Amino acid sequence: MNYFTNDLTKIHAQLVNKELTSYDLTKQTITALKETDKKVDAFLTLNEEKALEMAKAIDEKGIDPANLLAGIPVAVKDNIMTKDLRTTAASKILENFVPVYDATVMEHIYAHDMVPIGKTNMDEFAMGGSTENSAFKTTKNPWNLTKVPGGSSGGSAAAVSAGIVPIAFGSDTGGSIRQPASFTGIVGMKPTYGRVSRWGLIAFGSSLDEIGPMTRSVKDNATVLAAIAGFDEHDGTTVNKKVPDFTANIAKGVKGLKIGLPKEYLGEGVQPEVKAAILAAADKFRELGATVEEVSLPHSKYGVAAYYIISSSEASSNLQRFDGIRYGVRATDVKNLNDVYVRSRTEGFGPEVKRRIMLGMYSLSAGYYDAYFKKAAQVRTLMKQDFANVFADYDLIMGPVAPTTAYGIGEDVSDPLTMYAGDVLSVPVNMAGLPGLSLPAGFAAGLPIGMQLIGKAFDEQTIYQAGYAFEQATDFHKETPTLGGNN
Amino acid sequence: MNFETTIGLEVHVELKTKSKMFSPSANEFGDTPNMNTNVIDWGYPGVLPKVNKGAVDFGMRAALALNATIAQDNHFDRKNYFYPDNPKAYQVTQFEQPIGHDGWVEVHLSNGTTKKIGIEELHLEEDAGKNTHTGQYSYVDLNRQGTPLIEIVSKPDMTTPEEAYEYMETLRQVIQFTGVSDVKMEEGSLRVDANISLRPIGQKEYGVKTELKNINSFTYLRKGLEYEEKRQAQILLSGGQIRQETRGFNENTGETVLQRIKEGSDDYRYFPEPDIPPLQISDKWIDEVRASIPEMPHERRKRYINDFGLTENDAQVLTSTLEMANFFEDTVKQDADAKLVSNWLQGEVSAYMNAQKLDLQETKLTPENLATMINLITDGTISSRIAKKVFKETITNGTEPKQWVEDKGMVQLSDPAKLLPMITEVLDNNSQSIDDFKNGKDRAIGFLVGQIMKQTHGQANPKVVNQLLISELKKH
Repeated sequence: MNYFTNDLTKIHAQLVNKELTSYDLTKQTITALKETDKKVDAFLTLNEEKALEMAKAIDEKGIDPANLLAGIPVAVKDNIMTKDLRTTAASKILENFVPVYDATVMEHIYAHDMVPIGKTNMDEFAMGGSTENSAFKTTKNPWNLTKVPGGSSGGSAAAVSAGIVPIAFGSDTGGSIRQPASFTGIVGMKPTYGRVSRWGLIAFGSSLDEIGPMTRSVKDNATVLAAIAGFDEHDGTTVNKKVPDFTANIAKGVKGLKIGLPKEYLGEGVQPEVKAAILAAADKFRELGATVEEVSLPHSKYGVAAYYIISSSEASSNLQRFDGIRYGVRATDVKNLNDVYVRSRTEGFGPEVKRRIMLGMYSLSAGYYDAYFKKAAQVRTLMKQDFANVFADYDLIMGPVAPTTAYGIGEDVSDPLTMYAGDVLSVPVNMAGLPGLSLPAGFAAGLPIGMQLIGKAFDEQTIYQAGYAFEQATDFHKETPTLGGNN
Repeated sequence: MNFETTIGLEVHVELKTKSKMFSPSANEFGDTPNMNTNVIDWGYPGVLPKVNKGAVDFGMRAALALNATIAQDNHFDRKNYFYPDNPKAYQVTQFEQPIGHDGWVEVHLSNGTTKKIGIEELHLEEDAGKNTHTGQYSYVDLNRQGTPLIEIVSKPDMTTPEEAYEYMETLRQVIQFTGVSDVKMEEGSLRVDANISLRPIGQKEYGVKTELKNINSFTYLRKGLEYEEKRQAQILLSGGQIRQETRGFNENTGETVLQRIKEGSDDYRYFPEPDIPPLQISDKWIDEVRASIPEMPHERRKRYINDFGLTENDAQVLTSTLEMANFFEDTVKQDADAKLVSNWLQGEVSAYMNAQKLDLQETKLTPENLATMINLITDGTISSRIAKKVFKETITNGTEPKQWVEDKGMVQLSDPAKLLPMITEVLDNNSQSIDDFKNGKDRAIGFLVGQIMKQTHGQANPKVVNQLLISELKKH
């Protein structure tokens, strides 16, 4: 199956018409995966046998003509709990961890007859923006194998970008779906906080984390989000709101929509080609009948600092459960309890994870809490207010996802501050709990540029509507990666 | 130099909800280790807490019964520390905003006075699991992990160990009557830590305090505090300084012993729990919980005195536990005389419980059987001597008294038609006694009654025999 030219609607038609079975589709997909992944390294664990069994069962039951997702192979980020299927969060500390329960998102995936074929690589515990922080392998950008795919959902992004699967699931705490989507030229949605259940997502920053779909097209993305969204009694932070059919008004166009373009999002540090692509996209929206005006989110400049304090503080607490006592890796040849803790965690966690744990513990310590955590929480309130002010007059906010296109493998990893600065445009969305979409908006030196569309809380619909209009009016999404190493 | 003692108590009460504070696992004491657990209790990756509304209800009920004000904007916080019985390595608690604050209880002291003891705050939190150590292995049982707790922090209002003891008695009693906890120290559903410090009388600042932990009974609490009062006074009088430390109570020696020296305070890195949205408590919710609070001990005492004519002291004893108070009322409902029921409960029943080391519920006695037995006494069917036998049978084996008395032929002989022939016979055989009686020797009556009792194997009704004898003697 060529996922570059076949979207969900087309594949679904073939399944319904019995030109193709889910079993054959799954088998083809896994066979192609094994070949392509030699170059891309997107997957950590394959679910071959089970996936084929599942596909067979779906075929036997019959493809539901009303369900576009029936029988479709998908990939799942490795921080989403999959029962009986190894789940590592790309960390040594969970190297051989096999969960006893499924994340709520997995239950939605099974309920919609999607077929998970494997778990994708990521930055360890979702901490990073290049997938280089994986304890197991480095995933490559399908557009240029010497470049990073972004992160932390780099495996999921690369899998979709390389045409291995039509759908992958990622998680986004500060840009981890949108930035790799941007780097690999696909569509990635970070839904509103509380839209998708976090039950079964290995927590990084609990007040920021959100699971979302990564696809090749805006419409496919909308279809998948509708399938995984909704209130979950397991997750007290999900909101009891009806999930709309995100595809219903998707072709309505942007006529009359008011879009804000924050001046802070095109400032210093943004690569000229990226800036040019976003300005061109603004013109395209105007051409399509929308109003695009400059707006201001004045507290954006504090966003990265505040984000790293809050996310690391929450992470320092969330990651304490990996203590070698009940599951995961336990250091051997220990003398006492303290040894079990110190040695298991020293051996099990990678350097970036340790850095964040230390940053977080420090920010929460007595005597520092007020100056760091509390101050960051206050900044967060101001950032939310910034968005509320703009959304009082505008329907959407647009900007780049990341200041640059994908950088070279090994280029940035030694300097965490440079790496963190790349999150400046994506973290505000998480801090405010808003939905944000990344979609292809151009190329620079053969590498994709992503545009970000930010909406009001629980208004993913307007984002999809504008994203679809832009996609239909442009050809960026039609380009396909070469899987080459041209510099 | 004379010292003034300051005591503050921190009390943990397990709430007997069906399920745990943040997980649907059963909240049960004493089951097979790790039976009542699920992925949430294991601190598994990816799990999230879900607030048990019933636990919030119970916490509020306790807070309201202790006269506290309910905070309407609540949230939970994480208290971070590593320990194997703490699977997430943080405890979900209320650090910034406790659900209740500024409560109080009134305690009765032995000198006849009463004193109001303030409650600083009450907060909801989850209990930890339990570690046990056998040989070279340590085991973790997570059954208790996540049990809902309310921690009740008193103001430093107590100045004697007796006040601390009475505070605990009153607290236990009030909470037991609310129905939110079994408050059993032996099962760990009630736990107390005590802070105690001394300062010279007149000094404003508190002295350095020590903390008494792992105390197994209210009596040990009092004894431990008494010991600590003396120990601290001795140190201060000899010019020494009190060290801030945690001490335990040695039940065998009656002394407190050093457990841990506190250097600075522990850093628990508290911060708001992001997995649980803020919990708003509406006026309506508070009103509903307030309406659900059962009758409190002081209200019951008032009723016992006014409706049943009991003394203040009787009412105190009967309301010392919810079991006792309910048993009393259930027995009275079966038309038994309240004063007699009170006497039996405080007398024979309590003696039996103490001797057998049983709770009232663990005996075989039922309110129905106690009422029947008391009514058998008041209507003269059995003598009080027989009653003791009946009581022993019914409290030990749960036997229905009326049937048993009949079956065993223990019914008192009160029928004059049956008694008169015996009396005539006894009088005929004891002419000396008749003379004695006539000469004013009342002792003679006693001897004659004794003869009848002997003949009837104790079953004759002594009162009736007495009356019959006197009227017969007068005929001679």
